[in-house]
Amino acid sequence: MKWLIALCAAVTFALPASADEIAPDTLVKNVTNEVLDILRKDKDIQGGSTRKVQDLVETRILPNFDFQRMTALAVGRDWRQASPAQQQALIGEFRTLLVRTYANSLTAYKNQAIDFKPFRSAPGDTEATVRTEIRQPGTKPIGLSYVLEKGSGGWKVFDVVIADVSLVSSYRDQFRQEISAVGIDGLIRSLQAKNKNPDAPVKK
Amino acid sequence: MNARFRRLTLAVLAAATLGGCATSGNSRDPIEGFNRAMFAFNEGLDQVAIRPVAQGYEAAVPTPVRTGIANFFGNIADVFIGINNVLQGKMPEGINDFGRVAVNTTLGVFGFMDVATDLGVEKHDEDFGQTLGRWGMGSGAYVVLPLWGPRTVRDTGGLILDLAADPVANIRDVPARNTLIVTRLISDRAMMLPADKVIDEAALDKYSYIRDGYLQRRRTLINDGIVSHDYDDE
Repeated sequence: MKWLIALCAAVTFALPASADEIAPDTLVKNVTNEVLDILRKDKDIQGGSTRKVQDLVETRILPNFDFQRMTALAVGRDWRQASPAQQQALIGEFRTLLVRTYANSLTAYKNQAIDFKPFRSAPGDTEATVRTEIRQPGTKPIGLSYVLEKGSGGWKVFDVVIADVSLVSSYRDQFRQEISAVGIDGLIRSLQAKNKNPDAPVKK
Repeated sequence: MNARFRRLTLAVLAAATLGGCATSGNSRDPIEGFNRAMFAFNEGLDQVAIRPVAQGYEAAVPTPVRTGIANFFGNIADVFIGINNVLQGKMPEGINDFGRVAVNTTLGVFGFMDVATDLGVEKHDEDFGQTLGRWGMGSGAYVVLPLWGPRTVRDTGGLILDLAADPVANIRDVPARNTLIVTRLISDRAMMLPADKVIDEAALDKYSYIRDGYLQRRRTLINDGIVSHDYDDE
């Protein structure tokens, strides 16, 4: 409980009045450092509480993501065919899936050193990529980049590129495959099933 | 070709024929039925043999030792990364890689410590498949190989060259060679362990998830990371 209060306090102080004044690289750096700090220190998380990691992702990281855009990009051309209700369902399920994926990745790599790569941008840019690297012994570091877009609410992440693989693109083929086989409602059902039972053996 | 290998080939072919009807019509994956069967075979092998051993290794061997072992094999790999950079005409990168080997083999005590990275000499990722790609060879179809997993036709050619040039596989002393090959396999697999849960809980269809990830990653690697992802809705 003390942890939660500390988190709320941290969130309140960390979020400035005008979010759009923060540069994308500063945003990513602050959030990453803060979250990793909590991950490394929190006793329950050390003890393997995934619930807590998911809460952390939910409260601290997700406000910086644009899920509408992410889902639309991952669904691709079929997005416009989806009804508003279907779109909302897709956004909700994809969000749950990404929270879990992100929480799992953070837990898996929390003890590795993360390097921030030099950031370049021009003043008028509305899109930016912030590059970070996770150090691993014996191999080239794993790249972890965030692609952000500037909107009315400030910079928002709309894709995460892990080891050169774009999260959004890697779902595009799976989604298309599912939609062409069982339709948009079928895709929603598969996502629901996956989210309800993430440990179930996946289709090979 | 020994008897065991022949049996394995037979099992794989049988599995491929049985799984031959599952296709989703991806143009980069014309032999998807075969690939899915092979993928299932590799997954099965991983589950019963490779992953449990890697988990045991992770539990039994302390982190600094595992890091040392990974660095040791990484140092051997740097020689080939350097050769590939030279073959691709990237001299400064090649010199960087040979410099890494020189520093890590001496100061880093036979490569067990990665002093070069701490000194800011970056590690690269190159192989013969990337060199062939750099020379303009198209990637060809996606193939899942037994044991080695995802490749393309070009990367399979690259893999054959990688294996032919692999110093570990060319050690004369058979027991030493086998020990090193197995240790490297386990060490590599152990480093992938954290990713298992992430992938299993993220993928709707693990086969396409891995395939698309592999193809994307290879494309980026060949262009040395300079690839803009395409966000068009098509």
